[in-house]
Amino acid sequence: MSVTYLDAIRSAQEKALRDDPRVFIYGQDVGRFGGAFKATKNLAEKFPGRVMDSPISEDAMVGMAVGAAMEGMRPIVEMQFADFSTVGLNQMLNHAATTFWRTGKPCPMVLRLPSGGTPGSGPFHSQSMEAIYSHYPGIVVMTPATVEDAYTMLLEAIELPDPVVFCEHKLLYYHLKSEALPESAVPAFRARVVRAGRDITCVTYSAMVHEAVAAAEELAEEGYEVEVVDLRTVKPLDTDTVLASVARTGRLLAVGESWPWGGASAEVVARVASEGFELLDAPPKRLNAKDTPIPYHPNLWAAHRPTAVRIAAGLREVLRY
Amino acid sequence: MAIRVAGALESKPKKGVVDPIESLGRTILRARVLEDKLGNLYRAGRIVGGVYLGKGQEALSGAGGLALRKGDIFAPLIRDMAGRLGFGEPMVDALRAYLGSRLGPMKGRDGNIHRGDLTRGILPMISHLGAMLSTVAGVLVAKRMKGEKGRVGLTCAGDGATSTGSFHEGLNLAAVERLPLVVVVADNGYAYSTSRDRQFACEDLVDRAKGYGVEGHGVDGTDPMACWRVLHHAVERAREGAGPQLVVGKLLRLCGHGEHDDGSYVEKKMKSSERGRDCLKVMEEGMKKRGQEKEWQGWREEAQREVEEAVAKVSAEPVPDPFEEDWRATQSAGMAEVMVAS
Ligand SMILES: Cc1ncc(C[n+]2csc(CCOP(=O)(O)OP(=O)(O)O)c2C)c(N)n1
Ligand SMILES: [Mg+2]
Repeated sequence: MSVTYLDAIRSAQEKALRDDPRVFIYGQDVGRFGGAFKATKNLAEKFPGRVMDSPISEDAMVGMAVGAAMEGMRPIVEMQFADFSTVGLNQMLNHAATTFWRTGKPCPMVLRLPSGGTPGSGPFHSQSMEAIYSHYPGIVVMTPATVEDAYTMLLEAIELPDPVVFCEHKLLYYHLKSEALPESAVPAFRARVVRAGRDITCVTYSAMVHEAVAAAEELAEEGYEVEVVDLRTVKPLDTDTVLASVARTGRLLAVGESWPWGGASAEVVARVASEGFELLDAPPKRLNAKDTPIPYHPNLWAAHRPTAVRIAAGLREVLRY
Repeated sequence: MAIRVAGALESKPKKGVVDPIESLGRTILRARVLEDKLGNLYRAGRIVGGVYLGKGQEALSGAGGLALRKGDIFAPLIRDMAGRLGFGEPMVDALRAYLGSRLGPMKGRDGNIHRGDLTRGILPMISHLGAMLSTVAGVLVAKRMKGEKGRVGLTCAGDGATSTGSFHEGLNLAAVERLPLVVVVADNGYAYSTSRDRQFACEDLVDRAKGYGVEGHGVDGTDPMACWRVLHHAVERAREGAGPQLVVGKLLRLCGHGEHDDGSYVEKKMKSSERGRDCLKVMEEGMKKRGQEKEWQGWREEAQREVEEAVAKVSAEPVPDPFEEDWRATQSAGMAEVMVAS
């Protein structure tokens, strides 16, 4: 049996629906149709009345989840694409995120975002939105890169008493596979060393983990050992694991698929620069997408996003210092 | 109504009455033939990304595009090939967007239905449904401020898009400003897989016009002549200063949501209802009754030739080159964040 990243997301939701009567799913076409990406396939049939088609009303969808969470439920809201969650930002950032702090009462909900670029998807079906959500206090932002994490982290997200933005990468949905669903989980909020190395640390998350590993393999042929760290959750950010890795390697390249201004990769560099300055043998650097909207044409898209080739070039640049 | 328009398709119009049959017939045929071709190109792997077609919706969409004049504003949505062609978008521009030619107005940066050309008054839609209403309203406010008179803005939406806050806010704003905005809602009974009863609880979306304080017009979206009449009337009302117009056409999309989708969730009873009629068949039947069968066939053949020529031309055009891109999202120079390691 093989399990895809998407299967893992569906299975986690199925388990949560089975184990916890407070859980329900709300989103466009998530009912009988099973969702635009089939992340809720068969769930409406198995759990009648708990997997509901919503109108095309993102603001109201998130607002409804906030209310249901206040009333003790555990809503999961699926956005058809992460990009459309901008329409629900007000409820998420101003309402869900502030509720615990203002009232002392939890707002446990999960906002699932099919994120990231795929060829031909263009400016409005490709975005990575972790930076925006992370900027606001009161929200947990998860960015799983593996089948195992997709499963265990989604279950954690549903159990957490806080609002969680769960960034699922669309590029991984169908082609990333594992043997079986995991039995155990990496501890919550901890980063993971994907590949050990002593020459340079490459910190990244989500689909970029796989590009970074490919770049590390390329550099291994040139005699460099790259340590790849997968953040897994970008907020809270596991600074300890990152600093421990930089302590071993002395060099850092932080990579993110989203835009260069701010964001998770900037946060990593800022923390290492201020808290781990003495550990560094070279200036820490960042690699992100280009500072334009995400292009439609595959030729442009491939040049817009960080790829293994560009990451390898970035690693060499830091190694050369 | 400013112009008297022929009524039923069956009889040839009297003297002094505008006969839209040729412009509308040609427009919906060009759209259908072009979209059939796009479907084939998609299945042949020549198009990367989604292909969203407007089959069955050509009459409503085309009538909207044709009711506008040069200088008006058109903000189409995902099923408006006919409206675009009717308004004057060159067929090659559609193909350039789909086949990724560098010469198209979007230069390969954006594609498929997200194309437009501000120099022609065609606003390139963003994906976020409902967003175009307020934008067209803004264009119309600007025209009013500049003293430009007699311009109309027309934008399209689906039944599902009416559930967005943006749709509501945009139409309300336009009503408050009494703008010459025509909003054409193609109620095809579904938003992707979601049927209209999960989308709204009212019987007919046109009833909402009253609540917004705008004029509303319902039309059978499968009846080409009715669409032409109603759209023409609505556009003229807007042009006369009667404020926003809400046109709701009932029809069915005769294809999947996108070409990746088989639309198997569409209920049989919807398909066999009045909504499920193919507006092109309706038109063809009418032409037969008028004894203009040959003309119809001729228009179809012309459309086929035009499409084949356009595909051949665009296929030979250069594709976008990342090394020639300036990767600049602002007009002010020197604003782009350049990564250190890039
Ligand atoms: C704000 C927003 N949410 C979700 C989507 C994803 N989406 C694209 S088309 C569509 C269905 C649209 O249905 P409708 O408005 O009825 O138009 P139709 O496809 O039937 O022509 C959805 C949900 C979107 N484009 N924008
Ligand atoms: Mg619809």
